[in-house]
Amino acid sequence: MKPAAFDYECPTDLDAALAMLAEDGDTRILAGGQSLVPMMNYRLATPDRLIDINRLPGLDYIRKEGDEIAIGALARHGQVKASKLIASHFPMIPEAYEWVAHAAVRNRGTLCGNLCHADPASEMPVLMQALEASMVLTNASGSRTVSAQDFFLGTYDTVVAPDEMLTELRIPLLATGSGWGFEEVAMRKGDYAWCTVVTILKLKAGRIAEPRIAVAGLADHACRLGTQEAALDGMAPDDALFAEIADAAAEAAAPPDSEQISADYRRDLLRALLPRVLRHAVDRAQA
Amino acid sequence: MTKKAISLTVNGRQREAFVPPRMLLSDFIRNELEMPGTHVGCEHGVCGSCNVLVDGQAVRSCLMFAVQVDGTQITTVEGYSTEGALHPIQQAFWEEHGLQCGFCTPGMLAAARELLDANPDPTDEEIREAISGNLCRCTGYEFIINAIRSAAQALRDQEIENTLQPV
Repeated sequence: MKPAAFDYECPTDLDAALAMLAEDGDTRILAGGQSLVPMMNYRLATPDRLIDINRLPGLDYIRKEGDEIAIGALARHGQVKASKLIASHFPMIPEAYEWVAHAAVRNRGTLCGNLCHADPASEMPVLMQALEASMVLTNASGSRTVSAQDFFLGTYDTVVAPDEMLTELRIPLLATGSGWGFEEVAMRKGDYAWCTVVTILKLKAGRIAEPRIAVAGLADHACRLGTQEAALDGMAPDDALFAEIADAAAEAAAPPDSEQISADYRRDLLRALLPRVLRHAVDRAQA
Repeated sequence: MTKKAISLTVNGRQREAFVPPRMLLSDFIRNELEMPGTHVGCEHGVCGSCNVLVDGQAVRSCLMFAVQVDGTQITTVEGYSTEGALHPIQQAFWEEHGLQCGFCTPGMLAAARELLDANPDPTDEEIREAISGNLCRCTGYEFIINAIRSAAQALRDQEIENTLQPV
């Protein structure tokens, strides 16, 4: 339970960090370390070199820029959870954070690091898909922006290239009157999610408009339920319809099957949670 | 893999050391500083026994490297008492039977201290939330919750007493 030996760098400006990242070798970025260090303790991760970004200045911001909220690479979970700016624009984020780890872990762990870790049972990846966030990936020669939908590839796998760093998360503000719902089932709060469902929608003349449904726990990464979103768009809110849509989503899902939690049980969770979040979202939405 | 020099304050005392990057903060505290009060349970961030305060924030010392705490102020359980008198939170754990085997206690104290620093009058729900990241295999938690509630009261009483004292 001790990490293998590694070289340690602690740059104090971003350009230096990116230059190190461009060099050859198995290099990993150390931000909060709340997922990477356990993996190193188990020797599931044995990087040759760590670049500790904790002393890079000015990367812990959460600020409004035009019609987006920008969150820097070093914004800690605890900081995001307590942010009034976040709560006023995205109340589902503090709500979801009630399910994310525990205070001592949230003190260190960063939101951007959590997204790069890409745990399929993690809350923030599914939330960022529902919020249609985008990720700014930076390397020594420049930046590119990737949507949350394209960012996650699989368990612990993202599109971030070895020489890139997720420097900023950008979340577009929601249209006025948007409603949302968040539900999760896990063994206990702070533990891995068995099923998480998030929905955001609008009501136009009493009918559902532009619904978004994102789920975690049904595949190797969080994803949107495009078919069910299309089936809801333009429909009048109705509990029977919600149950029908949840049924269809559960039938279509191929969730992981394990001894502790069967695929059928995960399907049942989706059947139970999806109608609930849709109802919450409709109740919260203002036409 | 080159050793790095670090300089930090531990329980009010300046400490200097050369540490290999792979050395966990928990091992640094226990083996290099010879302070075994910080307990190592799971070594992957689940049990909370190794919680210490780094710049006033509770952190898992098994999930930080010693090289990272250069320039910080650390408080371990050894730094709680003053002149042989238990800290009010420790006193409350003693009085309310908030411990049996004592393995989880240093981590519980750090969680309790962080909570009460920010929130001097927490509800039971807030106390439960604050210690939810710390596993205890003996007490069933109820006595720990009683202890933290009682510590909060003691700290508030102390605060009032301090403000009433003539300058």
